[in-house]
Amino acid sequence: MVDKFQVSDRTETNRVVLYTDGYINNLGGDEIAKRCYQHIEAGRKQFVLNLEKSKIVNSIGISILIEIIEKLVEIDGNLAFCNLTPTIAKTFRIMGLTQYAKIYETETEALAALPAN
Amino acid sequence: MTKSSRPTNNAPEVALVLPMLPDLEVAAVRLAGEIGRFMRLDDNKVDEIEMALIEACINAFEHSQDPQRKVEIRFTMRPEALEIQVIDHGRGFDYSQVHPPDMESRLHAESKRGWGLKIIESLMDELVVDSQIGRGTSIRMTKKR
Repeated sequence: MVDKFQVSDRTETNRVVLYTDGYINNLGGDEIAKRCYQHIEAGRKQFVLNLEKSKIVNSIGISILIEIIEKLVEIDGNLAFCNLTPTIAKTFRIMGLTQYAKIYETETEALAALPAN
Repeated sequence: MTKSSRPTNNAPEVALVLPMLPDLEVAAVRLAGEIGRFMRLDDNKVDEIEMALIEACINAFEHSQDPQRKVEIRFTMRPEALEIQVIDHGRGFDYSQVHPPDMESRLHAESKRGWGLKIIESLMDELVVDSQIGRGTSIRMTKKR
């Protein structure tokens, strides 16, 4: 029914770009969080979440993204989103996520907005 | 709790009975997408309908405690709008006690959840929740053309 969710990443000058592929539900959210926390353990705290290949999300998955934001707020880190569908972007704005994690059109813009610490 | 009477007409209707199984809400979403495109709604509206329907389904899956573990979804194709009704026969809830969440309070709270109705209300043009304790819940949401 639902293709297996996948997350991959790359690091650029200590900023991490996470690429998701598939439905961000509880399992997808957990996969993203697991990957983020591994990087945080390694001392990285600047993240871009590229959702180009995730066209649907649910509020359980988003609640896990809020947990990641909470963690990053605690360590003075940042999360930026890019390549969102208009509906996902609208949903994040409705929920107020954008107070803590800005939305950018492209990965390049998102990366440029984050400090390379 | 709000309730309103349904107008009677001959608008075409599609009905789906969905077992409450993990990720099966995606089946309902795919059907909603097809119906939205059949009605020639624009792509953003179809996306918003799909997102709202995901939330209505997972609310029912997670909270209804419907003894039959089924949710009924009715799509009514009106000339001016698509109406979707999501019905369970579970425990129901007191809608007047549901308080819209906000990010500020959820960020540091133990539970980050509880966004479903707020998302539905924001993405759809109309939302009517009819829930009765012990008898179940009907969520009727409408997207205008």
